[in-house]
Amino acid sequence: MRSSSWRGNLLLTLAALAIACMPFYASPYHMQLASTAMIAAMFALSLQLLLGGAGMVSLAQAAFFGIGAYSVHFLGRLPGGAPSILLSLPAASLLAGTAALLIGPFALRTRGFFFLMTTLAFGQMLFFVFHDTPLGGGADGVFIQRPALTAFGFGFELTRANRPAVFVLVNLAVLTAMYALLWRLMRTLFGHALLGIRANEHRMSAMGHDVLRLKLAAFVLSGALAGVAGHMAALTDAFVNPELLDWHRSAEALLIVLLGGIGALHGPILGAFAFTLIGELGQSITERQRLVEGLVVLGAVLLLRHGLAGLRWRRAVPT
Amino acid sequence: MRLAELLAEILNGLQYGLLLFLISSGLTLIFGVMRVINLAHGSLFMIGAYVAYVIAGATGSLWLALPAALLGGALFGAVLERGLFRRFREREHLDQVLLTFALILLFEEARAALLDNQFHSVAVPAALDFSVPVVGDFAYSAYRIAVLGICLFVAALMFMFVERTRLGSAIRAAAENPEMVDLLGIDARRLHTLVFAGGTALAMLAGALAAPLQSVYPGMGDGYLIISFVVVVIGGLGSIAGAFWAALLIGLIDTLGKAYVPQAAGSAVYLLMACVLLWRPSGLFARA
Repeated sequence: MRSSSWRGNLLLTLAALAIACMPFYASPYHMQLASTAMIAAMFALSLQLLLGGAGMVSLAQAAFFGIGAYSVHFLGRLPGGAPSILLSLPAASLLAGTAALLIGPFALRTRGFFFLMTTLAFGQMLFFVFHDTPLGGGADGVFIQRPALTAFGFGFELTRANRPAVFVLVNLAVLTAMYALLWRLMRTLFGHALLGIRANEHRMSAMGHDVLRLKLAAFVLSGALAGVAGHMAALTDAFVNPELLDWHRSAEALLIVLLGGIGALHGPILGAFAFTLIGELGQSITERQRLVEGLVVLGAVLLLRHGLAGLRWRRAVPT
Repeated sequence: MRLAELLAEILNGLQYGLLLFLISSGLTLIFGVMRVINLAHGSLFMIGAYVAYVIAGATGSLWLALPAALLGGALFGAVLERGLFRRFREREHLDQVLLTFALILLFEEARAALLDNQFHSVAVPAALDFSVPVVGDFAYSAYRIAVLGICLFVAALMFMFVERTRLGSAIRAAAENPEMVDLLGIDARRLHTLVFAGGTALAMLAGALAAPLQSVYPGMGDGYLIISFVVVVIGGLGSIAGAFWAALLIGLIDTLGKAYVPQAAGSAVYLLMACVLLWRPSGLFARA
């Protein structure tokens, strides 16, 4: 996976600053939109570890996202009420990561199309668990108690007025941390081994790497990160429902990664903001949101082979 | 009494399994021959059901809707293959997944634009709107028996075609080794159009047959798509016989599970899939 150049990192930093300053100039509505885009970016980043890292196309990602979101609901029902975000965030990623650890060994017995089908089926199995049983509050979803945004005595007291601004800052902080973590991870031996698997799995295996264990590690970590994204979604919306686990959302995440560019770590962030913006513009033009989304997907698949991150102002000079 | 109930559930399970076979046989052949994964296969099933709803509503006869779904499906499939899927053969999995995901969205949108977002019911044809006494006081719907018969007939035709004809053996060869078929001088592109058209026709026929048995509603193909994937994974990609036995197995397990252990029914088929994956990762009927 190509990491962004110094110019790219500068642009990302400027964009992060612009978002951090949103409370000074943007309307609550636009801040909510930015939070939505950042949560989509976290979700797509978690998938990028699998897709851009090891080249695995998984359709179970939304299930881990949903489990992360539902863990906030579970924690809120404990005696003593919702704990601090410092506890709920690791708990959400732990729960989602555990689910990935349980499914991974089965799904990873397969490759390619088979992997895609089995992740789809296991993801839907988890969807039905939340849809058909009273475990998560039923098919219609539930309103949940938000985790407290306090740490070591400091923190925000949430009010209706400051909520959008606080969420923009918290989501930006988590997104930045996740990006930094993945940026660092892709530079470790583990990251390079994943890229090796994407390029040629058999060769990696012949070179003595335990390919299955590496893939399982990527699958579990990616599930845990999706859980973090789900946690932030639950925190922001204070509502969870089984639709969070629906496989259509996994496909949407794949689209976001493709739209942004599989080859670049910052691709999913570009893709998530583009996707959110297009959805927003589409909604203002036509009621038919699926039409807009469908055409965007078609366009991205047919035209954008390297995603938005692959677009250049000038054509690269062939060497 | 108990026995009659069990018998009814077994017949329902077989009939559900045979419908699943019509859907998943197309899915498995399309993958086997073209190496293309079609997430929109469930939407084709839905389109078939809507064709039945519209035609049966306009003419009052389901008997016109069945051939219309079959022939319309073949034509539609051929157009889709020529127009879109042909370009995506050499692409990565991800591109194919997203292309077919886009098709799901566009099909749903087209359905919403042409019709509406309501639930509809399709009447069972008058000639079959009675119950056949089977054992003692146990009677079974004649239309359901007809569906069983039609599905078995189509399955038999398909076996004959794939196992006994020249074209069928070319399809089997292509499912096993696509490059070899090219070398033998068989026009692989015509084969692809044929297989995709056939798969689409079968999925739409299944939709039309299922329409009187359940409601016709938006997204009705989604559940069938996922279960068909489970069938293909258990049966082995590209294997018609595998799809047949796996579909019957899944149909029975799902139906009997819902009747007798409703709490576990949703997860039972997935657990079965997990076991098969542990035991034989490439499916029960996959060759080598």
